[in-house]
Amino acid sequence: MQQHWKRLADGVELSAIQTDKFKTGLLAVTLTIPLSGETATAGALIPEVLSRGSRNHPDMERLSAATDALYGASLGPAVRQRGESQCVSFLSSFIDDHYALDGSAVLEPTAALMGEVLLDPVLQEGAFRRDYVESEGVNLADRIEARVNDKRGWAVFRLIQEMCAGEAYAVDKLGSAQCARSMTAERLWADYRALLSRARVNFYYGGAARLERVEDAVRRAFAPLLTGRDAPVRCQVEAEPRGPVRTVTDAMDVTQGKLAIGFRTGGITMASDDYPALVVCNALYGGSANSKLFLNVREKLSLCYYASSMLDKVKGLMVVSSGVEFAQFDRAQEAILDQLEAMRRGDFTQEELTAAIRTVTGSLRGRQDSQGQMEDDRLTGVLFHAAAGEDGELIKAVEAVTADQVAGAAQKLKLDTIFRLTGKEG
Amino acid sequence: MDKLEYTALGQSVCHCLLPNGLNIYVDVRPEYAKQFAFFATRYGGMDLRFRGEDGEWLDTPAGVAHFLEHKTFDTEDGNALQRMAANGVDPNAFTSASMTGYYFDGVRGFEENLRTLLSFVSVPWFTPESVAKEQGIIAQEIRMCEDDPNDEAYYGLLEAMYVSHPVRNRVAGTVESISCITADTLYQCHRAFYRPGNMVLCAAGNIDPQRVADIAQEVLPGAPAPAVAVDHGRPEPVQVGKHDTRKTMAVSMPLFALGFKGTPAVGAEGLRQRLVAELICDMLFSPSAPLYSRLYEQGLINGSFGSFYSSSPGCAFVAAEGESRDPERVRGEVLKEAIRLGREGIDPALWDRLKRAAYGTMVRHLNSMEDTCIELAEAHFNRADYLSFPQAFQSIERADGEALLREWCVEERTALSVILPEE
Repeated sequence: MQQHWKRLADGVELSAIQTDKFKTGLLAVTLTIPLSGETATAGALIPEVLSRGSRNHPDMERLSAATDALYGASLGPAVRQRGESQCVSFLSSFIDDHYALDGSAVLEPTAALMGEVLLDPVLQEGAFRRDYVESEGVNLADRIEARVNDKRGWAVFRLIQEMCAGEAYAVDKLGSAQCARSMTAERLWADYRALLSRARVNFYYGGAARLERVEDAVRRAFAPLLTGRDAPVRCQVEAEPRGPVRTVTDAMDVTQGKLAIGFRTGGITMASDDYPALVVCNALYGGSANSKLFLNVREKLSLCYYASSMLDKVKGLMVVSSGVEFAQFDRAQEAILDQLEAMRRGDFTQEELTAAIRTVTGSLRGRQDSQGQMEDDRLTGVLFHAAAGEDGELIKAVEAVTADQVAGAAQKLKLDTIFRLTGKEG
Repeated sequence: MDKLEYTALGQSVCHCLLPNGLNIYVDVRPEYAKQFAFFATRYGGMDLRFRGEDGEWLDTPAGVAHFLEHKTFDTEDGNALQRMAANGVDPNAFTSASMTGYYFDGVRGFEENLRTLLSFVSVPWFTPESVAKEQGIIAQEIRMCEDDPNDEAYYGLLEAMYVSHPVRNRVAGTVESISCITADTLYQCHRAFYRPGNMVLCAAGNIDPQRVADIAQEVLPGAPAPAVAVDHGRPEPVQVGKHDTRKTMAVSMPLFALGFKGTPAVGAEGLRQRLVAELICDMLFSPSAPLYSRLYEQGLINGSFGSFYSSSPGCAFVAAEGESRDPERVRGEVLKEAIRLGREGIDPALWDRLKRAAYGTMVRHLNSMEDTCIELAEAHFNRADYLSFPQAFQSIERADGEALLREWCVEERTALSVILPEE
């Protein structure tokens, strides 16, 4: 496996991981802009409208015909959040040339199709087609409103909204339903032109093809994007809560309660020296099946159906997510916080620590077996580090983490906000 | 160990049959960091009535296979989940209508973890206390699923389509049905279904196939046991039980599951049926086909729209699900298009393109060791050879698709399950 990184222009980069362990290649282009309430809806809507059709393949049926002909290559948009940035991507997974029944190349035509979809949309009076903008606006609004259907995700989403209110981080990466419904073709077109000229651009390829071939395909397919731009990527890390702990409760028609608890990491992010200790701390506390939350709160006390913790390594947050009976809210919350106190006191065994370290290194190594996860990791890496081979170093650092360092990381965690989703009655 | 070669896919799989009846498949991948093992029994949510050791037919409560799955992790020395997690792997399990599978992946200690997996799955350990405690945990899980509108739409569809086939039952059962489960029930089910002859072991990664076989031989019981007889009830009529079912929930817009009840096929025919049925799904429900664009442009479906083929012993169906402001109209339009295609025939260019895309998509899925092992296990239980799909595609003609459309996609075989928002 070989990693490559190359600047194609100022703010335009290509990174590639060359490996023949997969039967497929993965190609991605990502446009990154600051997350803001003003532009988030457009950022989320643009790739959806682009996916409706290009000049050469002006509707979904013809666009699908093109991907079908590429052996069912997937070609789809993704909108991701990294700290206070919105990353607007197209990703494609396609079979390696080796498996093409007629022996033709798949990489170049796939790159060309992706470039065409991103850069050469079907137009109406010099802007996007109005019907496409309108129907995708409605779809996006529906998607935003459908967040509430997944109660587990909703509780975490609501927690972040409350906890980070006033920070760009709390802006929904999908924008707002109201703005999506009222978006016009002209307004979206202006935002699209701005996105193309101002965003940071990251290309990614993972697969068996040589770097020269990839670079050549990218240069041909995305020529208009290869212009220099000043597009730094920033993140606003809040080390401490801004005030006393807040508890927010929503009532909905649910049969099981959700409890989400948010912490600031005291400024620890993926760039910090004590980040490896925090990762191990999270695994030991709530990030695995032998974690304190799983073993004690779920298994021993039966207070939750699930209870786990996760980190945002860019922003410096830890969130505990759990499902509880309404009657058990207080007890579950107390038990979850008690377990963190135990972490802070260093109240865990060497075996537990070793197991947590193994869980973390195992999952870091295992991510190398998935092209999608490799792309996702690489995007974070190039946006906030620009260092190659970072994962190998992280594994080494994690293996060296000590009990004191884990307790130290736990002591830095500051409880910020608690969110409860409760039933309408009782 | 036999080596099965699939040259078209650049892939080989090692296979052997142990004297105790266990089949083992190993997909060697030297480049992968992880190793994966999947140990499954042909036993799922629909296998409620079977013949016990004394020759008497036994009726067990809905949800028992899933309950057993949870309790299987218990051993006399504690919970295997934690033992394996302490070893850096994250074991898990799932129960479907016709299968229960246990698996782990990890980057080290494969042999030790494989031993643990085979041992905790094959050696039962249930106590009245642990069963009582699990009833609380699973009741929570069942309630959580009851809050999930997609699950509700799906089971609503199964209940409408099937008159008596036990696939109608929720895999997890109900809070009421699982309250009848005792440690004894679990022991009976374990004895019946967790015998090596009723199971399959699939593994993948940078591993030695012979070691997998040796370890299985060491850990599992050596003597073969006879197959268990299972009763899935009366044969199903071809038509659905009812055409409509609806329910109200806290959703933002209506959600639906639309199904066409099929006639199941087995063995190599089963694999062909799956490929043909999935092509028909693409033909009716994918963005490549004219109907999708029409429904999408009319705002009748959105990006959540998707379709699948499903089969288990005694049943097979295709279904489409998604959100729609007017699910009734979606059903009408789908039926109209299916009937038109059955009558006028399928566009040959579109058919060839969909076949090519379906082939490429299946090749792409082989990247995943998890997907590959689960497919190998399912195919084993269905007596099919999954990795022969490139040849199966070659043997499939347009006429096969048209025949399936004319047979399955008709009014009498159609059911629609809708979840409506609260007023």
